[in-house]
Amino acid sequence: MHSIPGRRMIISAFLVFLLLPIYWLVNMSFKTNEEIVSTMTLWPHHPTLVHYMRIFTDESWYSGYINSLKYVIINTIISISVALPAAYAFSRYRFLGDKHLFFWLLSNRMAPAAVYALPFFNLYSAIGLFDTPWAVALAHCIFNVPLAVWILEGFVSGVPREIDETAFLDGYSFPRFFVKILVPLIASGIGVAAFFCFMFSWVELLLARTLTSVAAKPISAVMTRTVSAAGMDWGLLAAAGVLTIIPGALVIWFVRNYIARGFALGRV
Amino acid sequence: MEKTVNQKAWLLVLPVFLVVAFSAIIPMMTVVNYSLQDTFGNNQFFWNGVGWFKELLDPSTDLGGRFLASLGRNLFFSAVILAIEVPLGIVIALSMPREGWQVAACLVILALPLLIPWNVVGTIWQIFGRPDIGLLGYALNSIGIDYNYVANEFDAWATVIVMDVWHWTSLVALLCYAGLKSIPDAYYQAAQIDGASRWAVFTAIQLPKMNRVLLIAVLLRFMDSFMIYTEPFVVTGGGPGNSTTFISIELVKIALGQFDLGKAAAMSLVYNLIILIVCWVFYTVMTNAGAARRVNEGAK
Repeated sequence: MHSIPGRRMIISAFLVFLLLPIYWLVNMSFKTNEEIVSTMTLWPHHPTLVHYMRIFTDESWYSGYINSLKYVIINTIISISVALPAAYAFSRYRFLGDKHLFFWLLSNRMAPAAVYALPFFNLYSAIGLFDTPWAVALAHCIFNVPLAVWILEGFVSGVPREIDETAFLDGYSFPRFFVKILVPLIASGIGVAAFFCFMFSWVELLLARTLTSVAAKPISAVMTRTVSAAGMDWGLLAAAGVLTIIPGALVIWFVRNYIARGFALGRV
Repeated sequence: MEKTVNQKAWLLVLPVFLVVAFSAIIPMMTVVNYSLQDTFGNNQFFWNGVGWFKELLDPSTDLGGRFLASLGRNLFFSAVILAIEVPLGIVIALSMPREGWQVAACLVILALPLLIPWNVVGTIWQIFGRPDIGLLGYALNSIGIDYNYVANEFDAWATVIVMDVWHWTSLVALLCYAGLKSIPDAYYQAAQIDGASRWAVFTAIQLPKMNRVLLIAVLLRFMDSFMIYTEPFVVTGGGPGNSTTFISIELVKIALGQFDLGKAAAMSLVYNLIILIVCWVFYTVMTNAGAARRVNEGAK
C-alpha cells in the first residue's frame, strides 16, 4: 500500500493523542485524593489501591457492574439468537419487502436514544419490567438486533451455497442443518457479532439510566449519581472508569481485524 | 450468485421483526399520541391538535426558541466534527504502517477509544481538562492560555469537539484503512509505470476505492453526532449557560426533567423525522452507488 510522507510522525502523534487522556485516568486512579488535589504529578508518588478496594468491597459500587453485565449478557443472547435466522434469510433469499425491512432496521439503528427514553419508561413501567435488567436488555435490542443481523449476514454470505444444497440433499432438515452445519461454520462471525452487541450495550448510558432506579442500577448511572452526591471523589471516579474500560481492552486483540466491519453495519 | 425468491424467508425474519417492532412501534405510537395532547398531570389528557408542533417551529415561543437553538448548535457541531474527522481519518489511514506487528498495535490503540463507555469518555475528558487536576487544563494554563471549560463558552465547545475527535476519528480511520486494504497491488504498479504523482494516486485510485466506506463513515458520524447526549452531558452538562445544550440534552430536559409530555413528544417526532430523511437520502445514495459499481464491474 502506498503511504504518505511523514507518516510515522503523523501516526505516532495521533496514537499519543489517543493514549494521553487514558494514561491520565489510570494515573489518577492510583493516586490518593490528597495527591490529586494538592499537586500535579505525572505518576502516582504514593501509589494506592484504596479506590479499587472501595469499589470491590462497597456493594453500591460492585453491584453496578453486576447489573450492567446482567442486561448486557441478556441483550447479547437475545440479539444473536433472533438475528441468526434473519441473517440467513437476508443472505440467501429475496422476499417481499426485504429492502424496506432493511431500511427500517437501519432507521432504528439511527434513532436517537433521547427520543425513546420517555416512551420506553412508560412502556416498561406498564408491563412491570421497569428497574429490571430485562427492560434495558430489550430496549438495547433496538440498535443491537439490526447490527447483529448485518454482521452475521456478511459471514453467512461467506459460506458457499453448495454447502446448504449438499446438506439438504443428504436429508438434513432445516433446523438440523442450521445448528449442526451453519452455526459451526460461522462461529467466528457469531463471536464478532456477540462482541459488538456486548460493546454497544455496555457503552450506552441514557436508556440504561432511564429504565432503572435502584435494584438494577448500572455502573454508568452509579458513576454519575454517587459522584455528584458525595462531592468529587476523583480517584474513585477514575478507578471506576478504568474498570469499565477493561472488558473492551481484554478482547480488543481478538477482534482487531473486525472493528471496521462491526462499526460499519457489516458493510465493509 | 442471484438470490432466489422465497417468501418463506419471512418466517426466519419474523423474530427480528417482532423484537424490533416491540421496541420501535409501540413507543412511537405513544409519542404520536402524546404529541397531540396536553396534560395537567394525574393522567388527564386534553386534545391539543397540532398546537405543540406550531409552537415548536415558531422561534418566538419558549419551546420553539429552545428547539431551534439546540438544533442549530447540533448542526454546527456535526458540521465541525465532520470537517475535522473525515480528512484526519483519511490521513491516519494513509499513515498506517504497512506490515508487521506495528499494524496490529496501531489497530488496537486506534480501536481503544471506540470501546470505552460514553459516560467514561466524558469522565476522562472532565478529569483530563480540569485546570486544577487535569493534565491538559494544567498544561494550557501554565503556558499562559486561560482555559476553563466550565466557565468559558469557547473552551467548552473546544473541549466537546476535541473529545469527539478523540473518541471517533479512529472509526473513520479504521473504515478508510479497510477500504485501502482492498486495493490490489497491481493498481499501484500500474500507477508507477505511468509515472503518476502521489496526489494522482490518491485522487485516481485511493479515493474512488474509499468512496463506499467514506459514505458509511459520514453517515455514522453525522447520525451519532446528531444524537450525541452522554459525552457533553457528563463534561459540560450543556453549559456554560445553554452553550453546549444539543437537541438530545434539551429533549431529555423537557421529557424527563420537566415531564412536559406533549412538548417532548412533538419535539421527538420532528427530531426523528429529520433523522429518517437524512437516513433515507444516505441509503438511496448508497444503494445507487452500489448498483452503479456493479454495472461498471459487469462491463469490464
